[in-house]
Amino acid sequence: MEGDRLTVAVTGLNNTDNPGPGVPVVRGIRESRELEARIIGLAYENLEPGIYMLEVADKAYKIPYPSAGTELFMDRIRDVHAREKIDLIIPNLDAELFTFIKLSKQLSDMGIRTFLPTIGQFEERQKGNLPEFGEKYNIKVPESFPLQSETDIRTIEEKFDYPVFVKGKFYDAYSAYNAEQVYTHFSRISAKWGLPVIVQQYIKGTEVNVVALGDGNGNTIAAVPMRKQYITDKGKAWGGITLSDTRMLDITRRLIRDTRWRGGMELEMIKTADGEYYMIEINPRIPAWVYLAVGAGQNIPEALVKLAMGMAVEPYETYEMGKMFIRYSYDLICNLQQFQQFSMDGEL
Amino acid sequence: MRLKQNIVITETGFVFDSDTGDSYSTNPVGMELLEKLRAQMEMEEITAYMTGKYDVEPLQFQRYFDDFVIMLRHFNLMEEPE
Repeated sequence: MEGDRLTVAVTGLNNTDNPGPGVPVVRGIRESRELEARIIGLAYENLEPGIYMLEVADKAYKIPYPSAGTELFMDRIRDVHAREKIDLIIPNLDAELFTFIKLSKQLSDMGIRTFLPTIGQFEERQKGNLPEFGEKYNIKVPESFPLQSETDIRTIEEKFDYPVFVKGKFYDAYSAYNAEQVYTHFSRISAKWGLPVIVQQYIKGTEVNVVALGDGNGNTIAAVPMRKQYITDKGKAWGGITLSDTRMLDITRRLIRDTRWRGGMELEMIKTADGEYYMIEINPRIPAWVYLAVGAGQNIPEALVKLAMGMAVEPYETYEMGKMFIRYSYDLICNLQQFQQFSMDGEL
Repeated sequence: MRLKQNIVITETGFVFDSDTGDSYSTNPVGMELLEKLRAQMEMEEITAYMTGKYDVEPLQFQRYFDDFVIMLRHFNLMEEPE
């Protein structure tokens, strides 16, 4: 930290049709009236748009995927840290979270803070553990079970009626109306995200989501519910609106209290026609639509940075309901020189 | 018979349910009826008001009004009795 200026490194700059949360997280931090931050973008791919968006990162570095090995990954983080003196890293992608949580002690020893859930919190809300999670915290969840191999697909009909949802352990969810479709989705998802693939009971209703932030002591620092108004063919929100749904907020606060959740989270729920709420997923990080919460009055990225840096944070009590977001695509013109520099030197 | 409290009605006839995020549009007569329901007026009072203001027979109005309320219930815009 130079004076009061923080150096914050952020991943998830892939602002594509399946956007990562990095760019909206940076927007929230940049709009803070209390923080002055130098933003370091950490990117896995050469064409992550946030690398080239001048208002996003002051400097961007390419980093290896955690799957390349922890040592290689940490070597690169050490290298970036030696040059940038990072105060805080905010990882924003599901597939990297486990690695960052595991490395948080090492990072802390280097002077780099994180604000993440514990391994226990991270593991117990995994899609494959959802039934036990629902029972433990008294939350309705759809029935589900993990598919470890294609032969398990035959057992689906003993447990559920079709349709069912077929989900990857990190991303991707497809509905399937028969076993043939499950086979197709199983192959696609397992090739991309590995095993297990999760089969989940289909609950009819409206999907509603909450973005929230827990302080690790059971307190909810921020929570904003949203309903997707326009969904892409990848199931991502292209438009959404904040709701005044007090029951969703009650469920969120209770969950954060009981789990003593630390960090950002996205709670995905289905509200049925008779007003029941089923939790279908907890994403253990800030979602890509977090800027809606900023626009509605709760700057969650700013609050997360302050919590991580040990600054006092007052819980948000209100937000503006009926606030909307609409995503758009935009052609950013770049020079070959920029692409060449990031591809070859790994920094821009 | 009462409209849910979280329903927002703008002066252009835009109706927004802040619990669900659903939105609807209505004409000026529909807006008037929604305001009467919000004010918890009884059927008889609403009928007297509307038949006094518009050229419509009480029985005919009540039939239309019943249809309107059924539609509001279908969209889950009415408070349901405990």
